[in-house]
Amino acid sequence: MSRVRVLAGTRKGAFILESDGKREKWEVSGPYFTGWEIYHIKGSPADPNRIYASQTSGWFGQIIQRSSDGGQTWETPGGGPEKSPQGWPMGESNKFVYDTSPETGKPLTTHQFYDGTQKPWVFKRVWHLEPSLTDPDTVYAGIEDAALFRSTDGAHSWQELPGLRGHETGPQWQPGAGGMCLHTIILDPSDPGKIYIAISAAGAFRTDDGGQTWKPINRGLRSQFIPDQDAEVGHCVHHIAMNPTRPGVLFMQKHWDVMRSDNAGDQWREVSGNLPTDFGFAIDVHAHEPETIYVVPIKSDSEHFPLDGKLRVYRSRTGGNEWEELKKGLPERNCYVNVFRDAMAVDTLDSCGIYFGTTGGQVYVSSDAGDNWSAIVHDLPPVLSVEVQTLS
Amino acid sequence: MIRVTLPFHLRTLAHVDDEVQLEVEGAVTTRSVLDALEAKYPALRGTIRDHVTLQRRPFLRFFACEEDITHESPDAPLPAAVASGAEPFMVIGAIAGGR
Repeated sequence: MSRVRVLAGTRKGAFILESDGKREKWEVSGPYFTGWEIYHIKGSPADPNRIYASQTSGWFGQIIQRSSDGGQTWETPGGGPEKSPQGWPMGESNKFVYDTSPETGKPLTTHQFYDGTQKPWVFKRVWHLEPSLTDPDTVYAGIEDAALFRSTDGAHSWQELPGLRGHETGPQWQPGAGGMCLHTIILDPSDPGKIYIAISAAGAFRTDDGGQTWKPINRGLRSQFIPDQDAEVGHCVHHIAMNPTRPGVLFMQKHWDVMRSDNAGDQWREVSGNLPTDFGFAIDVHAHEPETIYVVPIKSDSEHFPLDGKLRVYRSRTGGNEWEELKKGLPERNCYVNVFRDAMAVDTLDSCGIYFGTTGGQVYVSSDAGDNWSAIVHDLPPVLSVEVQTLS
Repeated sequence: MIRVTLPFHLRTLAHVDDEVQLEVEGAVTTRSVLDALEAKYPALRGTIRDHVTLQRRPFLRFFACEEDITHESPDAPLPAAVASGAEPFMVIGAIAGGR
């Protein structure tokens, strides 16, 4: 019988929630990496026992953790007593160094800071880890300050794909309230060379050549907080989702506005429709119905909680514009949590399961595509990310 | 033998329960102690000082012999009591609030 494994990253550690395909009874393990912020934890589609976690701390910096047994045990790749050929200890797995090599021709450029001055890129943390669709040892990392890194040796070592940060628009990128983070990475299963990423607050970008060159894909976005509202870059894209069976059809939760593209991001159109508010962070697509999408409307950019204290998921079965409120099993009153951009996921069971975590420490599941909800756990630390693995 | 005490989270990361003991060749300085610490426990590289710049992380402090030596030169000799192993070199996580 199929099982599901939910990976929850929180402010104070990681938790693993497991159930059979009914998704009624859950076993909870953790916290792992107790006391550390786990920005993201995600399993490899090529080997579900391989899981990567981004462990970070204001005191001690960045750690990358890796499991090869489904999360039972963990290691810091390269952190063991191994030596490089020169005799130096490796310990490279938490080393994210911007590529300034002459070979790439990409010196450490600058980006715009809050005060309008130009600042050099400085590594702060890994926001998102995206394992390869085909190779368990290959994984991408989206970091703050915004750049894309890749490891091809199981996270022992990391190399930047410098073409992105070196894009000619780089000096116009600027931090959002959460920092200048690369938070979304989508790998196209139909084209290994095609990768989508999103940065707050620069916007969305796409490569068609495996990461060597990038183009901004923000046409159709309008943002009131930048002087040129439909500028090529500068948009605060919060998250993008894509159903892997329909590559090129993208759904975006922007700072304000829910957007859709049917041509790999070349053009976007707004599909906020009848949403009560189109501000939010999380967005995802049903595993089997590529026109069914989910968002969690949040009141506003300064009021990061649901409208009227009622936690609601909204579902569109028409690819946007027409939205229905999903509330069965969700708090009806006094609920003032937020749902972060990486804190929503879907499983691939026949009856598609939808999951999301909140800053109040709840992880909710619906095993019937959103009709009915229940909390798997109530009292975790604030949830930063939720991913789910469907296991056979 | 140099003795080093680490904050809880770095002990967990290095898989040690208590203070660690290091052999340091040559002059005993903050730099040479941290070099030896990272050589013995590679998982700690990047956690106390930046990989590239080797700058101390802002919320960490270095104490020895009841003194805060954080802002001493990394190449200044540590107190004789640290060099002899009578006193530990202490890596401290600052009380810096949190959430």
